[in-house]
Amino acid sequence: MLNYIGKRLLALIPLFFGITLVCFFVIRLAPGSPVDMEESMNPKYSENARQKFIEMYDLDKPLPTQYALWLKKIIKLDFGVSFARDGRPVRDKILERIPVTISINIISLFFIFGAALFLGVLSAWLKGSAFDHAVTVFVFVGFAVPTFWLALLCMYLFGVVFGILPISGLTSWNYDSLSFFGKIADLTHHLILPVFISVVGGLAGMSRFMRGSTLDVLSKDYIMAARSHGLPEKTILFRHALKNALLPVVTLIGLSIPGLIGGSVIFESIFSIPGMGQLFYQSVTMRDYPTVMGILVIGAVLTLAGNLFADIMYALADPRIRYAGGEMRG
Amino acid sequence: MKRLLRNKLFAAGTLIVFFFMTVAVFAPFIAPYDPTLIQFDKTFLPPSGDFFFGTDDLGRDIFSRMVFGARVSMFVGLLSVAVSVFIGTSIGLVAGYYGRWVDSVLMRFTDIMLCFPSFFLILAVVAFLKPSLFNVMMVIGLTSWMGVARLVRAETLSLRARDFIVAAHLGGVSPVKILFKHILPNVVSVVIVSATLGVAGAILTESALSFLGLGAQPPTPSWGNILTAGKDNILFAWWLSFFPGIAILITVLGFNLMGEGLRDSFGGQ
Repeated sequence: MLNYIGKRLLALIPLFFGITLVCFFVIRLAPGSPVDMEESMNPKYSENARQKFIEMYDLDKPLPTQYALWLKKIIKLDFGVSFARDGRPVRDKILERIPVTISINIISLFFIFGAALFLGVLSAWLKGSAFDHAVTVFVFVGFAVPTFWLALLCMYLFGVVFGILPISGLTSWNYDSLSFFGKIADLTHHLILPVFISVVGGLAGMSRFMRGSTLDVLSKDYIMAARSHGLPEKTILFRHALKNALLPVVTLIGLSIPGLIGGSVIFESIFSIPGMGQLFYQSVTMRDYPTVMGILVIGAVLTLAGNLFADIMYALADPRIRYAGGEMRG
Repeated sequence: MKRLLRNKLFAAGTLIVFFFMTVAVFAPFIAPYDPTLIQFDKTFLPPSGDFFFGTDDLGRDIFSRMVFGARVSMFVGLLSVAVSVFIGTSIGLVAGYYGRWVDSVLMRFTDIMLCFPSFFLILAVVAFLKPSLFNVMMVIGLTSWMGVARLVRAETLSLRARDFIVAAHLGGVSPVKILFKHILPNVVSVVIVSATLGVAGAILTESALSFLGLGAQPPTPSWGNILTAGKDNILFAWWLSFFPGIAILITVLGFNLMGEGLRDSFGGQ
């Protein structure tokens, strides 16, 4: 097992370099150089600041050297200083917001997984029934609905018309004076809408996949064998089919991480949640270069970590994978 | 029975797509008002016989803006998918056909691109390059080709081992000719399915970008930026938010149904 994890870790190294290369390329993509851009957005930009900027990004050196120096800083998690007015180190700005985004995404994944398990497996089990058709309709609509629009509708409905859910922020104004359980209740209350929106965004794909994977397993010979032995249908589903149907889904969880992180831009800026997505959107509109680059790298690294985690879970669950060695998943 | 139902869904999808395409093409003849006409005495009118979908904060007719907004969605959807299909097919064909290190390099690059939360990448690039429809279209295309590349590569790999390709090789047909005349026509069905589904995704992404103010720039109407106005006035003007969202939902649904129907009829997975 350790051998397998080691192999997976080694395979990540070239990916990491590739990611940093693409990020570096995105910086260069801006018309002119970053210096010109900084100048054009800030009329009070002085020659002194210009020099400082050039030094900070080593812009006076040849490109490969620039990349090497930049990479060195990135590995030490040094993303420079934010262009925003607070002028704080990008690392601190990102680190204080990561927990919010990651917790919301983990909570959402938990619900997505649970709901998809129910919808997908049951609709595969009851293939062709009214329930199955209803799930199919839900999947198609779920794929097509713009999440930001759904967020608006829910805000209007639950926040304005019924007035039962808070529509912005993570905590109430009197949060600090609440008891421990009061704080938890307050947070939960604020999280209902954002998590719901995030769950709807990911649920359609996951339940569809779960249904397909269950149908796949149910058509296997060993299920037929179990049936012909006269085992009760429930035993077949829960003891024999479910475990194998869940395997491929583990992979999908890893693959759905970039989508979830990307989606956080939308619901965090709509619900004013102080997470990484909101910071990213603010930085993008203010053209806060260093912060944008920092979040891009960190977002990609989180995805790598998620994939590694999914790989390890997969290998733990399926011995065939760990003994066959580390072939890249398709 | 199941097949018939599927065909019905495919027909419904095609009908929806055809409907919105027609609206986009004939927009100037359908829209009752100039979509950019500002009338300060007619702001925030609810839907009525004169203004089917009401008016916005500047007194512009939402129905007319939505008719013209269909142009933006269709334009960005179709062209960005053209870009992504072109890149994805080229990379997939070359990787699958030449194999060995060419394949490894191209597929590792594909893996790298898959690691980025693509919405982050799109936002960053669009903002750095100044928001414009052309940039939005290019960037969506450049960040969404990976699925097509993987599918085409897999198809090409399996085709390469087939007898007619081996025979062409032995007959001394040039690799370029084999790729274009013998392999490409056989991967077209896979590409069409993912292109149709890709249009749906691109329309959703464009509307999200416009909603965040980074897509179509005012006064150009797009479904996404009408929704931005809807968000600011949601307390008293629900029609600003309701109709554009429905339009996006139905259009995306149409392309998805069409894509799924095509996949079924091509006998894919």
